[in-house]
Amino acid sequence: MNAARSTIAVIDTNPARAAIIEEGLRKEGYHDVHVLTEMRGLAARIAVLEPEVIIMDLGHPNRDMLEDMLQVARAVKKPIAMFVDKSDRQSMEAAIEAGVSAYVVDGFRQDRVRSIMEMAISRFNAFSRLERELQSAKDALADRDTVDRAKRLIMKSRGLDEGAAYSLLRKTAMNQNRKIVEVAESLLLSASLLGGQGEDE
Amino acid sequence: MFAIRAAFIPLLDASLLIAARDLGMAAEQGIDLQLMRETSWANVRDRMAVGHVDVAHMLAPMPIAANLGLTPFSTALIAPMALGLGGNAITVSLALHEALGAPGNPDDAARAGALLHAEIGRRAASGKPLLRFGVVHPHSSHNLELRYWLAACGIAPDRDVEIVILPPSFMPDALAQGDLDGYCVGEPWNTEAEMRGVGRILTTKQAIWANSPEKVLGMSSRWAGENPDAVAGLLTALYRAARWCGDPANGEALAEMLAAPEGLGLDVGLLRQSLAGPARFVSFERAATFPWQSHALWFYSQMVRWGQVAHSADHARMARQTYRPDLYRAAILAAGGVVPSANAKVEGALSGPGQVGASGGALTLGPDGFFDRRTFDPDRLDDYIAAQSVPA
Repeated sequence: MNAARSTIAVIDTNPARAAIIEEGLRKEGYHDVHVLTEMRGLAARIAVLEPEVIIMDLGHPNRDMLEDMLQVARAVKKPIAMFVDKSDRQSMEAAIEAGVSAYVVDGFRQDRVRSIMEMAISRFNAFSRLERELQSAKDALADRDTVDRAKRLIMKSRGLDEGAAYSLLRKTAMNQNRKIVEVAESLLLSASLLGGQGEDE
Repeated sequence: MFAIRAAFIPLLDASLLIAARDLGMAAEQGIDLQLMRETSWANVRDRMAVGHVDVAHMLAPMPIAANLGLTPFSTALIAPMALGLGGNAITVSLALHEALGAPGNPDDAARAGALLHAEIGRRAASGKPLLRFGVVHPHSSHNLELRYWLAACGIAPDRDVEIVILPPSFMPDALAQGDLDGYCVGEPWNTEAEMRGVGRILTTKQAIWANSPEKVLGMSSRWAGENPDAVAGLLTALYRAARWCGDPANGEALAEMLAAPEGLGLDVGLLRQSLAGPARFVSFERAATFPWQSHALWFYSQMVRWGQVAHSADHARMARQTYRPDLYRAAILAAGGVVPSANAKVEGALSGPGQVGASGGALTLGPDGFFDRRTFDPDRLDDYIAAQSVPA
């Protein structure tokens, strides 16, 4: 079985992640890689492609459909066995932890399957790490915006300068054993509830 | 607090789990019930296999299929409780509904089936493509009951129609786009099609097989064996949650609880309508959570009928023993509940409500028959299986 000629389907609703997996497969020497991000017509696409390996994201709602198709459907002629056999519990756990599943035709070389899976698992994990980092960066930006708005409110209502407004927020947070952003949030909330006293942009 | 992790799919009959968590029935039993929403039954199975979850909301035939080795990564599973009765329906596109003429009352499954049979004949005569129906999983009550209904109406499921697998929430869209002509799915996805005006409920599970289960509480037999007190506590909590969910006075509160993002995260209007609609599920009445072994065996008989598994005495025993009324009885009696005395019953023996032998109080069951008036006697399983046929 020549790696370059093996047909591989990557099924993921997230096109960015699918592209990362595709690139990983090409690096491993697989050139016939098909990325399927559309839900509709998925069964028909797979029936035509007859992939030897399918990599699918675990969050994909069509997993049940795909498994049924691989097991019984008339559309796919080749028998496809699911990778991660029972003896290899660890890699199965790692795959599920990472959020990826794979399906492989019977007879596909085990060492190739293993290296594809390892690549997919590490790229899925890297992708989630990036997503988490992006989310925390977004959260940090949102927090900074909240604190800025609270600061402006204090400056306006108490006639303080920016530095003094910030130390007031910080002191309150320390006294109440809360985060500065939480104090800022409750300040903005009470201001908006009291009405009229909200910040004037 | 003893943590129990439970996977569920966002469908109406996940109510018991959500209520047990949100209303404190689980906490009362010293259980910290952690619910994880999943997107496919395959994920539920995989997470169970690797121990990410301890228990799960499962399609009633799913643990049976796992024990029979029909699914990948099969772990030995048990179902010590059902999560309600009824709860699904067969919905068809507006075009098909119109072509059927006047299907009328969804409670009349025989009439709906006869009209469908006639329409399939007309379509074949004019060379139109096969009607396509969606179900959520091969090992689902939806698939098995849809096939039973079709076959009993003279329609061969593998020849006269096409049956495909699709996720529940995608069904109404598939119907609207013409990718499907009909589907059998749990609520709220039948009501959703009606509210959106893209489909009509043709008949219901309740009409096809009265008071039968759609989902069960599944768990690995190993986990259950290692944690008997947690199992009893969880069953008690879910039993009390079922009683709360089944009280009509709580309908509005239940709809709001399910609508929350940490519940099903669906539109409250849709949930309200589904809880009161023709495909509503029964959560408590008629021993709705009792895991009847006759239910397990009927699902098994249909798995044999449609070629999912070969019949043998061993397979039948495995199917029967997947459902564990003994665990249910011990837990629920200790908690002051009412439990049937028998583990199995003749499905179709009760043509209307009737009192049955019970421990802990009086119990009314039934009707429990099939729409074609055939009965299923679990003690005569071989005869039943031998007499099953596929329309010629």
